[in-house]
Amino acid sequence: MTMEIMEGSIAIAETVRLCRPQVISAYPITPQTHIVEGLASIVADGRLDAEYICVESEFSALSACIGASAAGSRVYSATTSQGLALMAEVVFNSAGMRLPIVMGIANRAISAPLSIWNDQQDSIMMRDSGWIQLYAEDNQEAIDMHILAYKVCEDHNILLPAFVCFDGFILSHVYEPIDLPSQELVDSFLGPFNPYQKLDAKDPISFGMYATPEYYLEFRYEHDQAVKRAADAIKKYGKEFGEIFGRDYSELVVGYKLEDAETAIVAMGSICGTVKDAIDEMRAEGKKVGLLNLRCFRPFPSTDVAKALAHVNTIAVLDKNVSLGAKGAVAIEIKEACYGSNIPVYDYILGLGGRDVRKRDIKKIVELAEKGEGDMFYGLREEVL
Amino acid sequence: MNLEDWYRQDRLPHIYCAGCGNGTILNCTLRAVEELDYKKEETTFISGIGCSSRAAGYTSSDSLHTTHGRALAFATGLKLVKPRQHVIVFTGDGDCSAIGGNHFIHACRRNIDITVICMNNNIYGMTGGQGSPCTPYGAISTTTPYGMQEQPFDLCKVAEAAGANYVARWTSFHVKELTEAIRVGLETPGLSFIEVMTQCPTSFGSKNKMRQVTQMLDMFRDNAVLKAKADRDAAKGILPSPEKFVVGQFVRRNNPPLGVEAAK
Ligand SMILES: Cc1ncc(C[n+]2csc(CCOP(=O)(O)OP(=O)(O)O)c2C)c(N)n1
Ligand code: SF4
Ligand SMILES: [Mg+2]
Repeated sequence: MTMEIMEGSIAIAETVRLCRPQVISAYPITPQTHIVEGLASIVADGRLDAEYICVESEFSALSACIGASAAGSRVYSATTSQGLALMAEVVFNSAGMRLPIVMGIANRAISAPLSIWNDQQDSIMMRDSGWIQLYAEDNQEAIDMHILAYKVCEDHNILLPAFVCFDGFILSHVYEPIDLPSQELVDSFLGPFNPYQKLDAKDPISFGMYATPEYYLEFRYEHDQAVKRAADAIKKYGKEFGEIFGRDYSELVVGYKLEDAETAIVAMGSICGTVKDAIDEMRAEGKKVGLLNLRCFRPFPSTDVAKALAHVNTIAVLDKNVSLGAKGAVAIEIKEACYGSNIPVYDYILGLGGRDVRKRDIKKIVELAEKGEGDMFYGLREEVL
Repeated sequence: MNLEDWYRQDRLPHIYCAGCGNGTILNCTLRAVEELDYKKEETTFISGIGCSSRAAGYTSSDSLHTTHGRALAFATGLKLVKPRQHVIVFTGDGDCSAIGGNHFIHACRRNIDITVICMNNNIYGMTGGQGSPCTPYGAISTTTPYGMQEQPFDLCKVAEAAGANYVARWTSFHVKELTEAIRVGLETPGLSFIEVMTQCPTSFGSKNKMRQVTQMLDMFRDNAVLKAKADRDAAKGILPSPEKFVVGQFVRRNNPPLGVEAAK
């Protein structure tokens, strides 16, 4: 294993190259741009035998991916924020056609007001689209999850598209040591794309047709079942991934000092790094705090969450998104997962639009949760309200 | 009012790079508005997203900074509710012809009574210089590292064919002519489209052998061919050389516009 210091976006572009997509189609948007520029160069330099399509919008980007995937090729796109919002129609469409498309999401806030900085509102907004959603804590996870996602999505028992989510700027633009796997290993894990079905004039089929009221409900049921099945597929291939690459992804939720924790923090993405550092300091002061890192938001691993949190006294959920008028999307799920347990679940909406979250914020949140104060926007600047 | 009053002082200094042509175009626009003696409360600037689209935020009257590509659709709504309002749209080559291309052709087809100023720097400037539908064939961008292999749009031809009442092209070098064209555009009922070739030294010039801002301005001066001359050459059967482009007024007509208050 050779570690190399690389920018997250470049590491992702190089990893996508290793996955050998045949068509890449994307529209630039901050902070995803370095990924697509990297891929454009990789294709132009002949380091990947693929078509790179300079489309005119995100809507076209994913539409072109749908066409290419339906025609039987492995495809890739990446976007964020406004780009994902613009794609919405085809996000649902591609999932309904059960096309195994992998798309990187450099998580960013949503307009208006305009913000190019990080939170997770963009991918959360596509919660109900029927795509798998994986969340990376660091850039190594971001690249590993790209490889894993293709494996899971292309399984004939799954056939779903997937978002690989990584926090914009915080991960996409940060240089970290990366173990970029070899082409041989990636080839041995993924193999060539073997479509379950494809457009083929010799054996014509049609994608995306009308489903009358006698069939629509069943289509949705089957789709839902597939997303649920994806949980076991991720575990199975995540384990296999560990055996080949030395990093295990057989768990959808990962605990940190959680075994004997009295207070558990639940979080997704790069914030988990900060939380772990804060936990180390709190542990040194004798506080029994642990973390549950949610690697996978769709399918939502309710049973795993309930099991992992069964012994704690208090749960503090960090949400970098908000379902306005309700709660953070993660907290809603955690409450559902813990239903019947009597463990209080407190929600903290924080870090929106790039607001920094520091170790002392995490400690403050633990104090609030232990006092029973939660379900709030954390860190509001009262003076500007 | 004088020119300075049209600037929103609390937003200055602007974010444009040194040598960027967008400031010149904003200046020309505000000068034309000032010459026509428009009132602030009668004037609204609307834009999409991009360096060019930041211009709307620097004006002191009402402005609507919309989403990428959609300025013309927002402007259509506003104009139909307030037909007396002078509606001016700032857009970029990407905003107008890539992600917003459909709104562009339909706004021209409806011939809605607004003035559109497209700052064409041949690139997606704001996001770091990726190729746009106006990146010239062979030009280098971050997504076309060995040269663009697709043909660019001629935005003026698109606007004219789609139905705009007034269509002109100038450059950030031709300050006087540009100001005059914007003034005429503002006075012409229906959609007025003014394309302005402009320099993005940061993301376009630097990659295309025009590192100095002055090289780009020289290029605009040397390669711009007046419409009348281009027409004379064409009549004589002289083929235009590929690096040249035509400037001037392409069309000014009086087709029925949308969004002009009917005389009572
Ligand atoms: C839906 C959506 N996709 C992508 C972007 C990212 N984006 C912002 S500005 C821009 C390009 C702007 O190019 P242009 O209109 O030519 O303006 P310039 O910056 O060159 O003046 C892009 C792609 C966005 N804001 N929204
Ligand atoms: S990137 Fe280009 S268009 Fe944008 S401000 Fe700088 S010079 Fe102007
Ligand atoms: Mg541009």
